[in-house]
Amino acid sequence: MVQAAEQTKKPKGSVIITAERCKGCGFCVEFCPPEVLELSAEYNSKGYHPPILAKRDQCTGCDICGMVCPDFAIYGYMIKKSNKEA
Amino acid sequence: MPEELYDVESNVPANPIEDLLRMDRIPHIWCPGCGIGTTVNCFVRALQTSGLDLDKVSVVSGIGCTGRVAGYMRLDSFHTTHGRAIPFATGLKLANPELKVIVYSGDGDLTAIGGNHFIHAARRNMDITVILINNMIYGMTGGQVAPTTPVGATASTTPHGNFEETFNLPFLAESCGAVYVARWTAHHVRHLTKSIKEAVAKKGFSFVEILAPCPTLFSRRNKLGDGLDQMEYYRDSSEIKNGADTKSVALDFQGKIIVGKFVDKVRPTYIEAMNNHYKAKYGDRYVPSDEMRKLNHA
Repeated sequence: MVQAAEQTKKPKGSVIITAERCKGCGFCVEFCPPEVLELSAEYNSKGYHPPILAKRDQCTGCDICGMVCPDFAIYGYMIKKSNKEA
Repeated sequence: MPEELYDVESNVPANPIEDLLRMDRIPHIWCPGCGIGTTVNCFVRALQTSGLDLDKVSVVSGIGCTGRVAGYMRLDSFHTTHGRAIPFATGLKLANPELKVIVYSGDGDLTAIGGNHFIHAARRNMDITVILINNMIYGMTGGQVAPTTPVGATASTTPHGNFEETFNLPFLAESCGAVYVARWTAHHVRHLTKSIKEAVAKKGFSFVEILAPCPTLFSRRNKLGDGLDQMEYYRDSSEIKNGADTKSVALDFQGKIIVGKFVDKVRPTYIEAMNNHYKAKYGDRYVPSDEMRKLNHA
């Protein structure tokens, strides 16, 4: 029951990742308050593992990842209500 | 990298930082795990929400890893000689008092070679904001010992450990007369953004010290892991004490870090003091430089 409720919950926010700019420091993964990010198994062209949004429905769009990222490679944003309903 | 991993929706806002960066110079030269990029992120977000006219903001940097910041900002920026960021900023401010001048440089640049400029700008209460990134060594030149290196830490010029007493920068700034003194780490992103906003809005010499990890030269030589380990140390060992006595906030090697806003007071700035003095001495014969500028432009 709880799981089903969680699955239908619309996410409040999301992140945009510029994978080619990432240097794989892991700051965003470690300091994400809802812990929704993880380093992917894939490589970018420089050989680093960029993050991916693993728990899409739990992202709050708080932009802490965007503020701690030293390489300007990720930022969070809130999903506007009108988009959510559409 | 397969782009299918990131199914980008339409109508998402653009990266807020890209408005204020020279994107043709990105990716930057800073190492993986370096904290300087994090502080730039906070700085840009602080400027965007500060309500300042960004055409009247200029960023001045000296030499060093942090000295690159001026080159990456899409603002009027000035990359000066080593240690002389504050004198250049002082000149900029005096020549055009309308400008908001922000000095963004490193610990070696501002407190070692530029130490005298730092104390005198604070003494005069020059109306500039100084953002100092403290990575505890000279980063760009190879990890030599700096005035901010903690006692016991190893640097490339002190292979058996450093024994020199360390600068307590908030105490130095306060005792020289700075009107706003704060210290944060690269981990305290929200506090830091708010603090930079306050410092930029403050009239007079405002000073923000930011501790940032240097994984390549400081952490590696001291066997402290990578940038992430250093950020975790900041998270676990820092204590927020607003208004703490700056005498008590000295840093030691991997010890407790006291962060917060330590000083926020009011004192006449250099330009105000000069105008008051000459007005008292010469009366109407004295025309302050900003009024003179207006007359010239009229």
